Amino acid sequence: MNKILTAALTGLLFTGICLAEENSAQAVAETVAKTSSPSAAELAMFAVNNLWVMAGGMLVFLMHLGFACVESGLARAKNCNNILFKNTLTPAIGFLSYAVCGFALMYPGVHWLWGHWFGFAGFGLHLPPGDPFAYHNGEFTYWTDFFFQGMFAATAATIVSGAVAERVKLSSYLIFTAVYVSIVYPIIGSWGWGGGWLDTMHFHDFAGSTFVHSVGGWAALSGVILLGPRIGKYVDGKVMPVMGHNMPLVTIGVFLLWLGWFGFNGASAFNADPSTVSLVLVNTMIAACASVVSSMLISRLMLHHPDLSMTMNGCLAGLVGVTAGADCVSVGSAVIIGGIAGLIVVPAVVFFDRIHLDDPVGALSVHLVNGIWGTLAVGIFSPEHHFLVQLLGAAVVGVVSFASSFAIFFALKKIVGIRVSEEEELRGLDLCEHGGEAYPGFQFFVNM
Amino acid sequence: MKLIIAYIQPDRLNPVKQALYARNIYKISVTNALGCGQQRGYVHMWRGALQEVNLLKKVRLAIAVNDDFIEPTIEGICEGARTGRIGDGKIFVLPIEECVRIRTGERGVDAIG
Repeated sequence: MNKILTAALTGLLFTGICLAEENSAQAVAETVAKTSSPSAAELAMFAVNNLWVMAGGMLVFLMHLGFACVESGLARAKNCNNILFKNTLTPAIGFLSYAVCGFALMYPGVHWLWGHWFGFAGFGLHLPPGDPFAYHNGEFTYWTDFFFQGMFAATAATIVSGAVAERVKLSSYLIFTAVYVSIVYPIIGSWGWGGGWLDTMHFHDFAGSTFVHSVGGWAALSGVILLGPRIGKYVDGKVMPVMGHNMPLVTIGVFLLWLGWFGFNGASAFNADPSTVSLVLVNTMIAACASVVSSMLISRLMLHHPDLSMTMNGCLAGLVGVTAGADCVSVGSAVIIGGIAGLIVVPAVVFFDRIHLDDPVGALSVHLVNGIWGTLAVGIFSPEHHFLVQLLGAAVVGVVSFASSFAIFFALKKIVGIRVSEEEELRGLDLCEHGGEAYPGFQFFVNM
Repeated sequence: MKLIIAYIQPDRLNPVKQALYARNIYKISVTNALGCGQQRGYVHMWRGALQEVNLLKKVRLAIAVNDDFIEPTIEGICEGARTGRIGDGKIFVLPIEECVRIRTGERGVDAIG
């Protein structure tokens, strides 16, 4: 069953890309021939804008390493390979599937098929014929656009990876990622970023508190609900600690994500206009700083220690929180948004544990809870945006992404199963799913 | 011939070594160990979840000595490891039936020597 699915998926993917590739190669040749000559100043700005967005795409790519480090560090040593594996496959599947249909679903242009809720510009990538300046008012090239957006797409799926860690079946996770990134993520994204109905209502989500983080967070929630907790996490109704195995790795991961966020938010301006980008960078940084401090204080108050993993979650929570409004709130507001994000994240982790939703890395608290907070914060702190519109957007996106991810996970659960066997879970996914350990030659004594 | 096994606090290993060296006792083997005694471990917290009983990190010494060295070894370990606080550790003294030095084939008292 798995083999057939894998073969079918691969076939579909490559046919889509190859078909599109022929068209675009022709189009490139035509474009080069027809290019008019813009002024030197325009050319320079064009180059600088593109360069910044492309560099931003590379920074977003780096975030996948950040996710890999955070998730593997917070999991146990016996599941480390498995998590690194998922995090390697996620950007690969994400970018490929985004090329097959995601990009065309998210940015349908004029090809809206059902109101401004669903549009599709056709399978594959289609470089528009003519002058590259004609594309999107000459702000960036088609390929820059795709490169940056494709990098973004897989980050939503990576959020799921951490929440379902240590018990999800690899094959089911990969199928989920392919379906979610190629269909659900881009359709929801098109409502806001592709000129859909939320955009018409002036819903504002600058770089994806809703369209990336909430969308990923809701999928993580449905995965966590359908999978159930790891063995030994809740014993007789009591929450037991299942300790991560490498805090330095978690710290490296958080710093990589923090750095990558300057591309995630900074290049979401889609140009290198210093007046916007510099504000976005300052807001991004200062919100993270505020959330680091506030999460440290709240963890000291609630848990009696300044907890490192909570403070790391706090840092990411602030970044998620400021993502929706990084371009339109003041620096002071960014401090408040980040500060509150840090205050929310620690009780959120404790709350999800209380209701027995086992999230090994805190993805629900960071991406879901603060994705919603960041979206609502735009309505509170930016005078140009309406709170109720922000609330409506967050709610509708929530309902649709939770329902669709639940349906996908539920179907997978019925058809191929989504959880490894009890024996595999106890021995570790590294040995059982991949046939090798992350730390061969080291013996781990589990003191739990 | 006795085998002296001691469980001590990890941070007392160096003082114990120094105290043993001062008494001409050089042959020891050291391993990491986990355990708890009267204090019944410690309360551990991970991301808000409490675990009430947890094993503490200890160091285990194993020293084989001839009869003349039994008391100096015990004295040395106590001198190096005693802080007066709970958790300083314990010493066990066991008889040895036989001892063989693999390189030379020597046995008994000479092998420990």
